[in-house]
Amino acid sequence: MPANFVALAYLLAAVLFILALKGLSSPVSAQRGNLFGMMGMAIAVLTTLTITQNIIYIILAIAVGGVIGAVVAKRIEMTAMPELVAAMHSLVGLAAVLIAVSAFYNPAAYGIAQPSFFSQAKPTLHLSSRIELFIGAFIGAITFTGSIIAFGKLSGKLGNKPLRFGGQHWVNLLLGVAMIGFGIAFCITPAWTPFLIMLALALLLGVLLIMPIGGADMPVVVSMLNAYSGFAAAGIGFTLNNNMLIIAGALVGSSGTILSYIMCRAMNRSIINVIFGGFGEGVAAEDAGAAVQKTYRSGSAEDAAFMMSNADSVIIVPGYGLAVARAQHAINEMSTLLMQQGVKVRYAIHPVAGRMPGHMNVLLAEAEVPYEQVEEMDEINNEFADTDVVLVIGANDVVNPAAKTDPASPIYGMPILEAHKARTILVVKRSMATGYAGLDNELFYLDKSMMIFGDAKKVVEDVIKSLQH
Amino acid sequence: MGVDPIVTNLTVFVLAIVVGYHVVWNVTPALHTPLMAVTNAVSGIIIVGAMLAAGPMQIDVGTVLGLLAVMLAAVNVFGGFLVTQRMLSMFRKKNK
Repeated sequence: MPANFVALAYLLAAVLFILALKGLSSPVSAQRGNLFGMMGMAIAVLTTLTITQNIIYIILAIAVGGVIGAVVAKRIEMTAMPELVAAMHSLVGLAAVLIAVSAFYNPAAYGIAQPSFFSQAKPTLHLSSRIELFIGAFIGAITFTGSIIAFGKLSGKLGNKPLRFGGQHWVNLLLGVAMIGFGIAFCITPAWTPFLIMLALALLLGVLLIMPIGGADMPVVVSMLNAYSGFAAAGIGFTLNNNMLIIAGALVGSSGTILSYIMCRAMNRSIINVIFGGFGEGVAAEDAGAAVQKTYRSGSAEDAAFMMSNADSVIIVPGYGLAVARAQHAINEMSTLLMQQGVKVRYAIHPVAGRMPGHMNVLLAEAEVPYEQVEEMDEINNEFADTDVVLVIGANDVVNPAAKTDPASPIYGMPILEAHKARTILVVKRSMATGYAGLDNELFYLDKSMMIFGDAKKVVEDVIKSLQH
Repeated sequence: MGVDPIVTNLTVFVLAIVVGYHVVWNVTPALHTPLMAVTNAVSGIIIVGAMLAAGPMQIDVGTVLGLLAVMLAAVNVFGGFLVTQRMLSMFRKKNK
């Protein structure tokens, strides 16, 4: 296929990718958008097939990868989405590294070689290509190992605890500077030694940047690596002078960056803090100096059922604890029963309710909760004051009023769901233990609050039983 | 005076970032997880680069690495789009 034709086909594919993202502005248009995305990818791949050799091998490789991807996509549990996404980021990173190595091995294949002055030497790279190759390779390498660590943490294989050592930031800085140094050396004299040392340092840096980050900060990390994977693809696009890769990579990169920003805002962290790693510290160490025995009210599932069935409106605030207890289906059954009794039931979702952006929405959708019933924090925060009963289930820090009232609190300034404004607050919890941030929650001690102790699923099932009587 | 390809590339890159910025801010927060899954698939576009790496007739280290990258990227392409489809089909209106 002539080069112009290829470029135009890539342009079409790029437009389809933009439409795919645009479709996600509403659940109604999202499925069609996804089809646009698939079409764009099919056009890009088929077009590329017309300009390569070894078509049989390539199709075989696509088939193997495709089958693996399809099987995983079909089997994966929705609670495990963050792991899947992290694993996929690492694949993009590794692919970028492999392509960079391949491009340096045989630059002629990409038309980025300049003829060597020495007849016996292999053709070498333009200076601008070297710079691009260096950038694409190191972003890919950091994405690769960083995502593997994120995957390990999310799947519990590496433990949730942040791993730190003294002077970590200095070590990272040193490694980063050394990496750039070898990268520059590579740009001056394109040779394997500086290239491979640079790659090794980038791989190590990926590990060290993600290692110190704790489990609950993973929504930010996953979003950030999403951005990195896009920029890695764009970097390879620069290397190969391929607009398709540059556009798609830039779209993914801006998406990941925006999601990181949204997650940071929801957790009250600065994005700078995240980019340089090593965040999420110091909070858990906070000791409740004066451990005053505060009183709280506790009740049974039957009490909760009685209160909710007599209410006009109920807002459910689900947290990740709900998913851990696998109580999503039960909670949908409960809210359906309440609605049949004429109660207005809605769900209020905090941006960090799940383990990645929008995770809780998917978990509720899987449990067949209609999406009109599920509201975002900004949409519903004004309505708590007019609500009879709030049921907080598996959530803690995201409803802690200290974020608004106590400047000394580590989470001060974090946007919260204003559950404390409702007339009655029911809190389903295993015990009075603190949440991830290790903070006590004033909400539990309010006169209008009632604790219901027990496993989320068990409690909800008991509520259902009482409602059916 | 010709423009270095790096400048053209940068032009395309910056414009695509601007487009991405505007499109992504319009994504409803409820669909942020499908957004991330579909961007996983889209970043599988690196398969195009991998195919070019696997493309030269002569089979050597470069093409083998390229083929490996094709396989990895294909996992993303298929896995990403299919899991997005699966998630989106769960988002439904009131069940009657």
